[in-house]
Amino acid sequence: MKFNGLFKKNKYITLKEENTIKGTKTIPNIPDGMWVKCPKCTCTIYKEDLEKNLSVCKKCGHHFRIGAKERVIEIADEGSFIEINGNIKSKNPLNYPGYEDKISSLIEKTGINEAVVTGICEINGNPAVLAVMDSNFIMGSMGSVVGEKVTRAIETAIDKKLPIIIFTASGGARMQEGMLSLLQMAKTTSALNRLNQAGNLYISVITDPTTGGVSASFAQVADIVLSEPDAIIGFAGRRVIEQTIKQKLPNEFQKAEFALEKGFIDIIVPRGSMKETLSSILRLHKFQEVK
Amino acid sequence: MSYIEFEKSKKELVNKIEDLKKLSETEKINLDDEINLLEAKVKKMELEFYSKLTPWDKLTIARLVERPTALHYINSIFDDFVELHGDRYFGDDKALVGGIASFNGIPVTVIGQQKGMNTKDNIKRNFGMVNPEGYRKSLRLMKQAEKFKRPIICFIDTPGAFCGIGAEERGQGEAIGRNLLEMAGIKTPIISIIIGEGGSGGALALAASERVYMLEHSIYSLLSPEGFASILWKDSSRAKEAAGIMRITAQDLLQLKIIDGIIKEPLGGAHRDIYKTAAEIKMVIEKELKYLTKLSSFDIINLRYEKIRKIGEYEDG
Repeated sequence: MKFNGLFKKNKYITLKEENTIKGTKTIPNIPDGMWVKCPKCTCTIYKEDLEKNLSVCKKCGHHFRIGAKERVIEIADEGSFIEINGNIKSKNPLNYPGYEDKISSLIEKTGINEAVVTGICEINGNPAVLAVMDSNFIMGSMGSVVGEKVTRAIETAIDKKLPIIIFTASGGARMQEGMLSLLQMAKTTSALNRLNQAGNLYISVITDPTTGGVSASFAQVADIVLSEPDAIIGFAGRRVIEQTIKQKLPNEFQKAEFALEKGFIDIIVPRGSMKETLSSILRLHKFQEVK
Repeated sequence: MSYIEFEKSKKELVNKIEDLKKLSETEKINLDDEINLLEAKVKKMELEFYSKLTPWDKLTIARLVERPTALHYINSIFDDFVELHGDRYFGDDKALVGGIASFNGIPVTVIGQQKGMNTKDNIKRNFGMVNPEGYRKSLRLMKQAEKFKRPIICFIDTPGAFCGIGAEERGQGEAIGRNLLEMAGIKTPIISIIIGEGGSGGALALAASERVYMLEHSIYSLLSPEGFASILWKDSSRAKEAAGIMRITAQDLLQLKIIDGIIKEPLGGAHRDIYKTAAEIKMVIEKELKYLTKLSSFDIINLRYEKIRKIGEYEDG
């Protein structure tokens, strides 16, 4: 028996060089965004689990940065938050190239109109004005709109005789608006002076990161200053200080725990007990309002 | 042509004039025509150059070591200056001077950021970069002024608040924020004058006032153009370009209504004639105090609030 022709040799397909795939390593294919790595303990966390745990790592307690919308859901009683001044939009006073486009694309991406969301809500039944900054929006930087919204939130608190809570998260002043950004520091703190005269309670909650112009205006001058664990709080950026003093800074430098030790923070509150802590403080100030 | 290039080419001409003068003296020849011609040329060059300085040129002038400092003006504008020291908590910051003095017979409180007059002095003064204790001293003196119903005059000249470990440990952000908050409630008039570099929050901490003036060639900025270029473009060598778009000159800031007026400097800058510059500043203080001291403390606080409240550009949808 002849086997000739039984095992027919097929004609190979010739591949062109440009159609071949080169250098691909076998990476397990995980759909984007399903898993996240904890920057502190490097463990891998299923994203849904992380969100269920208020974006805090179960293993090491690391507090992930969260957006303003998530924060409002965590703090305000369900359905109680009414946004105010949600339509104020930035202009481009320096005619900085690409600034308008950057703002528009961020509005689309984040679903908020600027780096702070303000409104009135109830926290375990206690009414308060709430302002929440969002570091996803040009690093939470303060330009004309952030300054104006924070100022109006303070004024609303005065008008409605309500306490105000501000969650800070900001790299500082908004570069793209130049000097107008700087003056927002004076504007917001001037409004706080009026709030103090009126006798309203102001609680600030420092979240990661709070630096520059925001740290040097409304963040640290509240009646009660709370902070999330590990949050960076400082005036100058770490890199700037290292360049000035020409040496490496210790890890704990400018962390909330460091600021607590130096006497600039009242309490460090983990995210899980933030709402409870805020509502206890609000309740303790109700007595004065009744008087 | 930049400031440095201009001054160099001007110096060449001035040297030439000097040579001609010597020559005419030793050789006994009349060279007056040539000398006059050259002198007129120098004058024309200067007028032309200084009438259209770029923001970068102004920054260069504002940073000159020869530029008059706060103490130069304090000593020539006020009488009987008594310097007061310390913040009562930590120490005495030499980058910020303050005290009481007499202005045309009226007691006032004077506060200024103090740069050094030479390298050695600059080290002592920390190049005008204030630490938290400096801002706390400033606030202490403002509160004292309020108690004794004295108007407050601030001179601003700083590259920015100091960035160091100690400054952070002692709460640089809190110190500046506290000053801004408390200044809003000070019941006596506050006039701020930017005399050189008005750098960032460190400058603002003395400028949250109802009247802010700038010397013609001083600058007032969110941060240094070097810092701006480094943050936005990751390239601090593009500082000149940054200075061009940041709107840091007195003329720009008057337009943005951040300042209330510009004080003229002698041709070539304040250092050419300190006394003349001081006299111009004095006139402005005189004019403003005449108006402000007539107001009630309620009106002063409102005036300050309204001025600052309006600043910002946005669309209200």
